[in-house]
Amino acid sequence: MSASPVALSGVVAVNTFREAVRDRVLYNLIFFALTMIGAAILVGQISIGIERLVIINLGLTAISVFGLIMAIFIGVGLVYKEMEKRTLYSLLSKPIRRWEFLVGKYAGLLLTLAVNTSFMTLGLAAALFYVSRHFVRSDVTILVAVYFILLELGLVTALALFFSCFSTPMLSTLFTLGIYITGLFAQDIRDFGIVTKNPVILSITRVMYYLLPNFHNFNAISAAAYGTPIPPALIAQNTVYALVYVAIALFAAAAVFSARNLK
Amino acid sequence: MGNPAIEIQALTKDYPLGFWGHKTRRSLDNLTLQVEEGEVFGFLGPNGAGKTTTVKLLMGLIFPTAGTARVRGRSIDDVRMHREIGFLPEQPYFYDYLTGYELLDYFARFFGYGAAERSERVKRLLERVGLASAAGVQLRKYSKGMLQRVGIAQAILHDPQVVFLDEPMSGLDPVGRREVRDIILELKAQGRTVFFSTHILSDAEMLCDRVAVLVNGKLQGVGAPDDIVSLEVEAMEILFEAQAHDSRPLPQNLIARANRMGGRYSLQVAEAELYATLDQLRASQARILSMQPVRRTLEDYFFRLVDREKAAAYAVEVSAQ
Repeated sequence: MSASPVALSGVVAVNTFREAVRDRVLYNLIFFALTMIGAAILVGQISIGIERLVIINLGLTAISVFGLIMAIFIGVGLVYKEMEKRTLYSLLSKPIRRWEFLVGKYAGLLLTLAVNTSFMTLGLAAALFYVSRHFVRSDVTILVAVYFILLELGLVTALALFFSCFSTPMLSTLFTLGIYITGLFAQDIRDFGIVTKNPVILSITRVMYYLLPNFHNFNAISAAAYGTPIPPALIAQNTVYALVYVAIALFAAAAVFSARNLK
Repeated sequence: MGNPAIEIQALTKDYPLGFWGHKTRRSLDNLTLQVEEGEVFGFLGPNGAGKTTTVKLLMGLIFPTAGTARVRGRSIDDVRMHREIGFLPEQPYFYDYLTGYELLDYFARFFGYGAAERSERVKRLLERVGLASAAGVQLRKYSKGMLQRVGIAQAILHDPQVVFLDEPMSGLDPVGRREVRDIILELKAQGRTVFFSTHILSDAEMLCDRVAVLVNGKLQGVGAPDDIVSLEVEAMEILFEAQAHDSRPLPQNLIARANRMGGRYSLQVAEAELYATLDQLRASQARILSMQPVRRTLEDYFFRLVDREKAAAYAVEVSAQ
C-alpha cells in the first residue's frame, strides 16, 4: 500500500503541529489574552465612545504581530533544525520525497498559525463584547481582516521556509524580515522611482515593486475598526495574490532543498 | 547467484572546500561493489574512510559527483526504492518530544498502514527491541542505548528487504551489542540483506558473510572473513618451560626471541622453522606445553590495508613535494 503525496505531507504537517504544541508555542495565547483583558478594562474606564475602535485596532494588530513573530521565528527553523539535528536522516529514508516533506512542514506551521489566530480572534471577540455589550453587522469585516492576516502569515511562512532551506536561522530571519518590511512599503518604493524621474532608478524600483510581495494589500485593520465594507473583489484578489506568491516560494524552496546535500 | 541486492558502480563523492568551493576533497573514490540478496555485508574502515558517505549516498541524503547505485534493481533516486529498505543512521537522533510509540507510529504512517496494523507493528517492534516498558516515555528521556534500539526498530518497522545500519553497535554496552547482533542474525535468517558499516572488527568477523575494507575513500579489498582469516597461517606459537628436575639451560637464541610469562615462554616461529625449533627444544629437554597455528585475523588484514593505503598516500605526498 502506498500513501499519496497529500497523505505523506499531511503526516509531516500533523507532526509539525504536534511539535509546536509540545514546544509550548501556543503559550503566546496567554500573553494575547492578558493584553486583551488589560486593554478591555482600561478602555472601559476611559471610554469616550471609541472603545470598539481601540479594541479592534489593538486586537488585530496583536493578532498580526504575534502571528508574524511565530511565522518568522518558527518558519526559519523548520527545515534547518531537522538538518542540524539530523532527524531528517531517518525520515528521508522512508518513501517520502523531499518536496512532500517541505510542503508538510509548511502546512504544519500554517495549521499552528491558523489555530493560534482562531483562538486570538475569539479573544478579540470576547473583549469587544465586554466593552460594547453587543456585536454589529459590520463586525464581519473583522473576520475578513483576520483572513487577510492569515494570508499574510502564509506568505511570510513560505518565505521563511525558503530561506531556511539554505541559510542559518539568523540570516533567514534577517532576509524574511527584510522582505516583509520592504514589502510593506512596495507602493512607496514604486512612487519614489516615479518621483525621481531617473530611468535607472525607475526601472529598479519597478522591478522591486513587481518582485516583492506587497504586504500593504493585506492590511485591513483600519477598515475593520471603522466597519468599512471590504469588496469581495479585493478578497479574491488578495487570495489569488497570496496563493501565487506562496506557490512560487514553495516551488523555489523545493528546488533548492531537493538538490541540497545534507551534512 | 541471485540478483544483487545492492549494486554500486563507480560511485564518487567530492566535497567542495573553502568559501568559493573551487577546491574539492574526495570522500569516496570510484567505489564499485555488489552485495547479494540475503548477505550480511560488513563495510569496514577507520574513521573518515568514507563509510558514512557511502551510506548517505545510498540513502539519497547526499548526491554523487559521479557513478550510480541501485538497490534491488531500483535507482537510489527512485523514491520507491525506500519502501524496500530500512536505515539506521550513525548516532541516531529523533524528535525528542515524541514517545517511542509515537515515533514508530509516525514513521509507520509513511507506508500507508491502517491504524490497526500500525498499532500491531509498533507494539511488536517495541517488544522486539526491549522497549515495551518505555513506549510511553518521551525520547528526550531515553539513554543512548535506548535511542539506538528505537532506531533499529524504525529501520525494520516495515519488514524491509535490505537493511542499512551505520555503526549499529556504536555506543552500546555489551548487552546492547549482543542484542543488535541477534537482530542482525534474525534478519539474516529471514533472508534479508544487511549492509552495515562498522569499525568494530570482531562484530564483522562474527556476523558477516563478506566484508569490504574502505580506506581514504578507496575500496581496498572485498571477501569473506573466513577467506581472509583462515587461509593464511602466519606462524606457529609454541608455549614451553624448563623441566623442573632438569638444570639444563634452555637455548639462549630461542629465549631471546620469546615472551616470558612467569616460568613459561611463548615463542612464535615461521612454519618453515618449526621442526628445527622443536628439535632444539627437545635437545634441551624443555617441556612443550602447547603448540598452535597463529592465523591472520580480520584485524591484521584491516590494519595491513590501512597501513598500505597510508604509505601510498604518504609516497604521493612526498613525490608531489
